[in-house]
Amino acid sequence: MLEWVLTAIVRALAVSTPLLWASLGEIYAERSGVINLGVEGMMILGALSAFVVAQVTGYPVAGLLAAAAAGGLAALLHAFVSVTLRANQYVSGLALTMLGLGLAGVLGRGWEGTPLLNTLPEISWLTYMGLLLAAGLWLVLHHTRMGMVIRSTGESPAAADALGVNVYLVRYLCVVFGGVLAGVAGGFLSVAYRPSWTEGMTAGLGWIAIAITIFAGWDPLRAVAGAFLFGALFHLSFRLQAWIQPEALRMMPFAFTILVLAATAGRRRGQGAPEALGLPYASGER
Amino acid sequence: MKRLGPFRVERVLVPSGAWVLTVSLGAVAAALVAAGMIFWAFGINPLRAYAMIFAGTLADRRAAPEILRQATPLLLGGLGLVLAFRAQFWNIGAEGQLLAGAVAATGVALFTPIPAPWLLPAMFVAGFLGGALWGMLPTLLRLKLEVNEVVSTLMMNYVALFSVEWLIHGPWKGKTAFGFAYTDTFPEAARLALIPGTRVHWPTLVLGIALAGALAFFLGRARLGFEIRVLGENPVAARYAGIDPVRTILLAMVFSAGAAGLAGVGEVAGIHHKLLAPGQVSLGYGYAAIIVAWLARGSPLAAIITALFLGLIYSSGDVMKVTLQMPFRVTDVFNGLILFFLIGSERLLNYRLRWAPGGRPVETADA
Repeated sequence: MLEWVLTAIVRALAVSTPLLWASLGEIYAERSGVINLGVEGMMILGALSAFVVAQVTGYPVAGLLAAAAAGGLAALLHAFVSVTLRANQYVSGLALTMLGLGLAGVLGRGWEGTPLLNTLPEISWLTYMGLLLAAGLWLVLHHTRMGMVIRSTGESPAAADALGVNVYLVRYLCVVFGGVLAGVAGGFLSVAYRPSWTEGMTAGLGWIAIAITIFAGWDPLRAVAGAFLFGALFHLSFRLQAWIQPEALRMMPFAFTILVLAATAGRRRGQGAPEALGLPYASGER
Repeated sequence: MKRLGPFRVERVLVPSGAWVLTVSLGAVAAALVAAGMIFWAFGINPLRAYAMIFAGTLADRRAAPEILRQATPLLLGGLGLVLAFRAQFWNIGAEGQLLAGAVAATGVALFTPIPAPWLLPAMFVAGFLGGALWGMLPTLLRLKLEVNEVVSTLMMNYVALFSVEWLIHGPWKGKTAFGFAYTDTFPEAARLALIPGTRVHWPTLVLGIALAGALAFFLGRARLGFEIRVLGENPVAARYAGIDPVRTILLAMVFSAGAAGLAGVGEVAGIHHKLLAPGQVSLGYGYAAIIVAWLARGSPLAAIITALFLGLIYSSGDVMKVTLQMPFRVTDVFNGLILFFLIGSERLLNYRLRWAPGGRPVETADA
């Protein structure tokens, strides 16, 4: 029994690793006022880049770096469209997800079904680094000048602008940082969690990461709890297959997300949600 | 005001129809050029690729009707989204609502004793209600608890997907399906008529066009259409005008999700004649419908054109799969790029160029 619990916890930690990385990135992007619904797309591009580079070079770490770069580049596109062109952030993120899933599916076709030679262990330094990262990002957000600049950019870009903050630059940096973390999250899937490449292997994890962002009230430390909770749920959906319909279990994290959103609904205005989230900002207008 | 060579850049509040069309076509063209670079990276000459796509779709007498077939669910889903977007409700759940409609229609076709002439109408009614019901939970959560509808409608897509998986593997698994995961085949009376020699189930197509006309009339003339428009454009003004946002959004979403449900009915009753894997019932029509609605810019009649265009993209995907050996996912690349260029060019709509050589100042009210 104890062993069952222990392995369950370890496996849950493994699934929660990519969820944590991706949601930490999304928290920073959203704290600066930009919602990025492209997490799923950035993750899948990260997963493909990581797999290809790890396979070719033989170094999983090189794969993760490539994943970070791919995620960052994809996020740059979202930043350009939503920050510079001031387009609808929701639609831009959706477009990024479509494009990411499509590109990864097209470019990755030749890699389908080949096992990765050099892999990372399931619980690797990435898991621990995720926890450290959460603590570090919490410190930066709440106790440094940089964190204050980011928060004020998301709460009131006009006020921040008036105080000499470069709103565009802050938003660009936060969105790209979010993309880098989402890319690594995807890379973790293809070089550690399930060391292979399959089309659509992110399987909705990117969307769950966005839900964790809301669940965590846009707070990096609480994201740790959120990621573990959803990770445990994902793992349970494999464990309970003997007793409950597998399809019902696989649906669980998504149904649970809706429940969580409903249960934490009050948070949207009260605590956490950046005031200017989702609103494009134009310097000098209004 | 900025200058661009001999032109003056002016801001306009309401762009002209011709300018909207120009910018939209320009965005689509730019997306096709960007997609061409991906062909190029694949070692395929983009011009040759587009020529092959043209030859395999529009120019092929047997393949051209496939555009209509693919446009049918896109039109129904897109019309629903036009309505939802006009009420500023971000319904991203058309995919799940479509599946819910397909499930409801399958239930009626296989498990009710409704006599022949009434079976298909009953399936459409059930499909509409199934879709509408699927859209209700996120709508109520948004209206009562302010839960972000983008995430909740999207999650409902996954819930619908796994529900269909469960049905076809479990309780609804066909007795004649042997090892395969799908339901029994529908009786003859539950199948939609096709245009001979094609896979176009024309009753659904006619329904879509009629609905487009009805919605155009309804948005332009009827009181509720007016309320939806005001609510979408200016929620504060709507409150002063005594428009009840709860009732208006609820009604808009019933029709929005219901229309997606109708699209699901068409797919199972017109093409497959059974409920099968969710990825086969819908090739991502619910997501592509977002582009249909966005391109149509709030006009139900324009959605007929934009659905046809997206139908063309989908049949191009088939051509690319067969003749260029590319995965069908390439349609997602097209869809993503089109969406990007479309919203990226949105800002252009609010500007226009005016010929003003020599830099002489012109007085305008909106400067």
